[in-house]
Amino acid sequence: MDSVVDWSRAQFALTACYHWMFVPLTLGLGIVVALLETIYYRTRKQEWLDICKFWMMLFGVNFAIGVATGIILEFEFGTNWSNYSWFVGDIFGAPLAIEGIFAFFCESTFFAVMMFGWKKFSPGQHLAATWLTAIGATFSAWWILVANSWMQYPVGMEFSADQMRNVMVDFWAVAFSPVAVNKFLHTVQAAWCLGGVFVLGVSSWYLLKNRHVDFAIKSIKVGGLVGLVGILMAMLTGDGSAVQVTKTQPMKLAAMEGLYEGQEGTPLVGFGIVNPDKRYDNDEDAFLFEISIPKGLSILGRHDMNAFIPGIKDIIEGKDMIDGKLVNTVPYAERIERGKLAQHALREFTMAKQSGDTKAMQEAEAELKEHYPFFGYGYFNSVDEAIPNVPMVFYFFHIMVILGGYLLVYILFTMFMAYKRPEWLTFRWKNIMLFPVVALLSIPLVYICHQCGWAVAEVGRQPWTIQDILPVQAAISSLSASNVMTTFIIFAVLFTILLIAEVGIMVKQIKKGPGTEH
Amino acid sequence: MDYTFLQEYWWLLISILGAVLVFLLFVQGAQSMFLQPMSESQREKMVEGVAHRWELTFTTLVVFGGAFFASFPLFYSTSFGGAYWVWMLILFGFVVQAVSYKYRNAEGNLLGRKTYDVFLFLNGILGPVLLGGAVSTFFFGSDFTISKSLIAQDGGIISQWGPLHGLEVLADWRVVAFGVMVLFLTRVLANLWYINQIDDEDIRSWNRRQLLINAPVFVVLFLAVCAVLLMADGYETVGEHEFELVENKYFNNLFGNIWPLAFFLVGTVLVLYGIIISLIKKCTKGIWSAGLGTVLVVMSLFWIAGYFNTPYYPSYADVASSLTIYNSSSSEFTLQAMSIVSLFLPVVIAYIVWVWRKFTK
Repeated sequence: MDSVVDWSRAQFALTACYHWMFVPLTLGLGIVVALLETIYYRTRKQEWLDICKFWMMLFGVNFAIGVATGIILEFEFGTNWSNYSWFVGDIFGAPLAIEGIFAFFCESTFFAVMMFGWKKFSPGQHLAATWLTAIGATFSAWWILVANSWMQYPVGMEFSADQMRNVMVDFWAVAFSPVAVNKFLHTVQAAWCLGGVFVLGVSSWYLLKNRHVDFAIKSIKVGGLVGLVGILMAMLTGDGSAVQVTKTQPMKLAAMEGLYEGQEGTPLVGFGIVNPDKRYDNDEDAFLFEISIPKGLSILGRHDMNAFIPGIKDIIEGKDMIDGKLVNTVPYAERIERGKLAQHALREFTMAKQSGDTKAMQEAEAELKEHYPFFGYGYFNSVDEAIPNVPMVFYFFHIMVILGGYLLVYILFTMFMAYKRPEWLTFRWKNIMLFPVVALLSIPLVYICHQCGWAVAEVGRQPWTIQDILPVQAAISSLSASNVMTTFIIFAVLFTILLIAEVGIMVKQIKKGPGTEH
Repeated sequence: MDYTFLQEYWWLLISILGAVLVFLLFVQGAQSMFLQPMSESQREKMVEGVAHRWELTFTTLVVFGGAFFASFPLFYSTSFGGAYWVWMLILFGFVVQAVSYKYRNAEGNLLGRKTYDVFLFLNGILGPVLLGGAVSTFFFGSDFTISKSLIAQDGGIISQWGPLHGLEVLADWRVVAFGVMVLFLTRVLANLWYINQIDDEDIRSWNRRQLLINAPVFVVLFLAVCAVLLMADGYETVGEHEFELVENKYFNNLFGNIWPLAFFLVGTVLVLYGIIISLIKKCTKGIWSAGLGTVLVVMSLFWIAGYFNTPYYPSYADVASSLTIYNSSSSEFTLQAMSIVSLFLPVVIAYIVWVWRKFTK
């Protein structure tokens, strides 16, 4: 890793990964806290207030560091991706600004009321602030995911040769693109799952220690419900994501499944070991070992057991399924050529504009328009550059799916125990209390699941910052690799220290337990 | 609403956000005093006095950045990518600030309270100095060139900077003086804030004593910076990318136009009035006068930097690359969409003010 592109990507990945450790807990725990305060508001029982305040305190510890890591991400678009900021800033900046103006501003203010306003605001106002903190955080996620989805599925825009950039032509298409809607639902619901699993894990520790047992059971019931709703809905929207990716980012889907050559009734690899020597243009087997579900990928991606799903080789050679029909698309080699033609036309347009040659401008613009859908491919010199890291995407995707399945079973069973067999929660086998062990182990697992999901979304779309329009190597700032490496190291050390501090504070507060002033 | 109106409207919004941000930097001014000798109980009260305000400063910075990105993406692309080290240092300061209030007194915080206080101090110094320095480049220029057509070339990056990536401005004493002036302004505002907010005579008199140091330093730096700024030559926009060097450009912009002049003069008087009544009459409400004055002065500075045919981000490496609000803005469609969104801002602000007042009571 020695180029500024690599270090810029690494720095963005670092901040995104750290940010994504804290944000899901804010989203998930926010709902749990709001539900708990609602129960308190309706019952006015001190025990519910204590439970609510306890989780709210942990929410507060987590919120601060989420905010801290978030600001870096916003400014990194400018600091490390200056070509990107200009080329698509006209579209991309709007959701970020709206997020700041409405969601983040409100979220921060509501947060202050929620955390510090118990004595300054009426119970009704306080409850409203707590809900609005959770809703504000969710609304904030909406605009961020709109921005992210737009990068993966650019809509509502056109290229302006005159301005040398892409410009927005349809705000609603950007704000409500189907990819954005699905991504938002999937992400937020997965965050509810994480919040729920976190509550289950922490509560189980009290069962293990035989402290605050009533608090723990009540927390498990409420947190588990949020987690259950989250995981069930995340699975539904996960299916929606698969359909969207099949349609809009076939290369990403092929990488997720390690699929090089498609077929009708494509099987789904449930588990496999990717062959590191496999390339799209050799005859090696894609897997050293695999267990497949017949026709599974066709069902997943097209909801049709006999549908054709193109593999990496098919996509490169220009085969895809569009509107239910197998069609010839533009092969990647041709895309690269046409992308170079588009870029050449843009340069011609610029020169014609400088010399005031209107006719030449029109000709160049017409050529640019014809080839613009492949503009980004013009930055490549070979089709290899257009393929994401298949093993990485494959493993991240499968770990996410396997852990998602585990979490569903785990939460379902926990809910059954909490509501029907509470004594099972403290069941011991050979003097080991089983549920707390599983519940505590599930906390890192749900985080791994989340990180893998995010990695699938982001690594799977490589090499693009904007699908088909701008690859990463063309999106960077004019920096030296050593500059970015230095800031990468600074932030890696800083975030790690802050993460350890956060965990340390949480552990101390958890050890103190509910009902104490924090 | 034509395109020009929208561009000017968004510069107005940027100026308001920038002005409010400078006022809210009183939190940083307060932090810059946390390590000074004082009793532990006083330190805790002073920390507590701004502890629930930092989010607002932080959020305003985020919105300021977001609004700049949405309305003037070429500035975002050029300045942030180019003045890399300046912005990274600013961000570093705000990252450590965001956790410090919550973590400093929490058990298990790993680093100990003193470290978080040092973090707050660093943010208190770096934030105002660097943000002030960054804003001063609106007048004194930066070392960059822009060529948008490079986007169509393999390996082409549209904005190029000198090797120091923003740190070169530290060699310009005017930029440094501007940043230090902003630091002392924030310290003055912090003193006034504490005088107003903390009902403790010892703390009030401590802050008045501090004010006696901070205010004169600020006033001297303010006068020096104003003198330099108003005597400086600046560029006049004569075409989309054509500029002419004009003598006393900012003097002409200020004194030749009623609104910036009125805002500047009224603002300056209000700031001085806030300081004087706090020192002489022992009044506790100086913060509101000085705060409003700060907002007015900063707005007027943004106006003379960006309006009146002035490039708000001049390049001394290649004057044709200088940015104006007309050659660096978003498209008409985006500005229009964002303008509709901005109409909801008063509602957001009204809510924030209501919450603020409830907390202040």
